[in-house]
Amino acid sequence: MSRFNLNRRGFLKASAAAIAAGAVPMSMVEVAFADAAKNFTFAYISDAHIQQIKGTQFVNNWDRGLIRAVAETNLLDPKPDFVFFGGDLAQLGNKAELDHGAEMLSALKQKTYYVMGEHDYYLDLGEYWSKLFGPQYYSFDHKGVHFVVLNSILTYDDWTFKRWPTPEQRMLEMAGLDNPNGSPFMVGDKQRAWLKADLDKVAKSTPLIVFSHSPLQKLYKGWNFWTEDAEQVQALLKPFAKATVLYGHVHQIQYNQIGNITFHSVMATAWPWPYPQTYAQAQHAMPKLTIPINRADPFFERDATGWQFIDVDSGKIAATYQLYNNTSRKVLFNPKTGQPEDTQYQEPAKRIPPQEHY
Amino acid sequence: MNNKNTWMGVVAVAVVATLALVSTGRADEFTKSDKARWEKEYMTVVAKGRELWTSGKLGTNGVSCAQCHPNGANTHPETYPKFQKQIGRIIPLREMINWCLRNPLEGKPIPADDARMIAIEAYLAYERRGVALAPGKH
Repeated sequence: MSRFNLNRRGFLKASAAAIAAGAVPMSMVEVAFADAAKNFTFAYISDAHIQQIKGTQFVNNWDRGLIRAVAETNLLDPKPDFVFFGGDLAQLGNKAELDHGAEMLSALKQKTYYVMGEHDYYLDLGEYWSKLFGPQYYSFDHKGVHFVVLNSILTYDDWTFKRWPTPEQRMLEMAGLDNPNGSPFMVGDKQRAWLKADLDKVAKSTPLIVFSHSPLQKLYKGWNFWTEDAEQVQALLKPFAKATVLYGHVHQIQYNQIGNITFHSVMATAWPWPYPQTYAQAQHAMPKLTIPINRADPFFERDATGWQFIDVDSGKIAATYQLYNNTSRKVLFNPKTGQPEDTQYQEPAKRIPPQEHY
Repeated sequence: MNNKNTWMGVVAVAVVATLALVSTGRADEFTKSDKARWEKEYMTVVAKGRELWTSGKLGTNGVSCAQCHPNGANTHPETYPKFQKQIGRIIPLREMINWCLRNPLEGKPIPADDARMIAIEAYLAYERRGVALAPGKH
C-alpha cells in the first residue's frame, strides 16, 4: 500500500458535517495515482426498506436512515459525479412505500441511478418501480469506465408465476430473508444474453463496474446471499482486465476477489444483518478476505447501518463505509496483492473484539 | 413392645419397600412413542415461536423480530443470563426480547410466564441447538 499518497483532507464541509453527523469524523484518504485526472467519485445508498404501517404512517426508524444518508451525501465535497441507490427502497413493494422513498431520494442533488431489489419487485414484478425509475437493467459510460446495472433478483418462472395465489403473498414469501418458501435469485437467460451483447462492444481494457442487488457470487443460499447463475455472469466479466461488482442486499460489509473480479457489498440504511456464520445450523461460504463490521448495538438505532462513497481510481474502486456509531471503514484494491483490503483491520492482529461474530 | 407389633412393623417396611421398587421401575419406563410425542409437543411450541418471530403483529409498527434476526441469529441465547452492558446488570434473554418489543417493534412487553414468551424462547433455543452454553459471554 506504500504507493498510495495518504493526504488526509476534509471530505465533507467541516461545519455542515458537524451539524449533520455530530461527532462522527468525516474524512477521506485520497488515493493519488500517476494520472489523477482519471479519478472520480460517486456515492452509494442502499437497502432503505421504507415500510408502510398504514395510510401516511411509515416505520420511523427506516425513514430516519434514508433521510440521514441523503442529507450527508448532499454534503460531500468534492461533489460525487452521481449517486447510486442499490435496491430495496420499499419493504413490501407497494406504491405508498416506493413513492415515499422516491420523495426522500428526490432531495439528492446529483443524478441518481437505481438498482432493483426483491422488495421492490415481487408485488407487481417491478411495474411501478419502472414507472418511477426507468429500465430494470441498462449500461452507460462515464469518464472511460463502463457501468452495467443488472436486475439480479429474478427467479424461476414457476415460482414467480405459478406458485402463489396472490401478488401480496408472493411479495411476503420473498420478503422473509430466512423463509424456506423463498427462491434463489438469478439474472436469467434473457438478461445474460443482453449483457453478453453489451460487453461484446466494449474493449477488454476498459474498466468495468457492474451493479446488482444480490451478490454475483454464492455465499449463503439460505438467506439468498446468492445468485443462482453467478458463475455464468462471472464468465462474461472474466475477459476484462479490471472488473468490479458492487452489490447490496446483505446489509453488511463484505469483500472478495474471484480471479480478476473484485466484489464489494454496500451497507443498508435500514438495519444490519448478522453474518451467515452466526447461524449455527447453516453451511456457508463467506469470503475469507472479509473483516466483519462490528457487531451491532441495538440500543443505537443507526449502529452498523450507513452509506458509502466510492473513489474510482484507474478503474478500480476504493469504498469508504460511513458508519454512524463505529469508526468508518475503508476497503480498497491493493495492486500488490491483487485483492481488496481494509486499510486498518486487514491484518489479524489489528482486529478488535466487536468484529468477532458468533 | 410385643411380638405382634414387631411383626406388623416388618410387614409395613416390606410393603413400603416393595411399593418403592415398583414405583421406581415405572418412572424409568417410557417408550419410543412417548419420546416422539414429547418431541412433537416441543416442536409445536417451537413452530408457534417461529410464527411469532416472523410476524409483523407482535408490535405495533409491522416490524418483525426476523427482519433483523433471520433464523434467530445474533441473539446468543447460550450466553444468558449475562451482564447486558446497555442495561448495566445481569439479565435473562427475555428482558432483551422485551426490550426489542418495546423499541424497534414499538409494542408492549410480554410477561415471563406468557405462552408467547415461552414459545419465542423455545424457538431461539432450537435455532441455537448444538452450541455450547457460555453464560456471561459477551
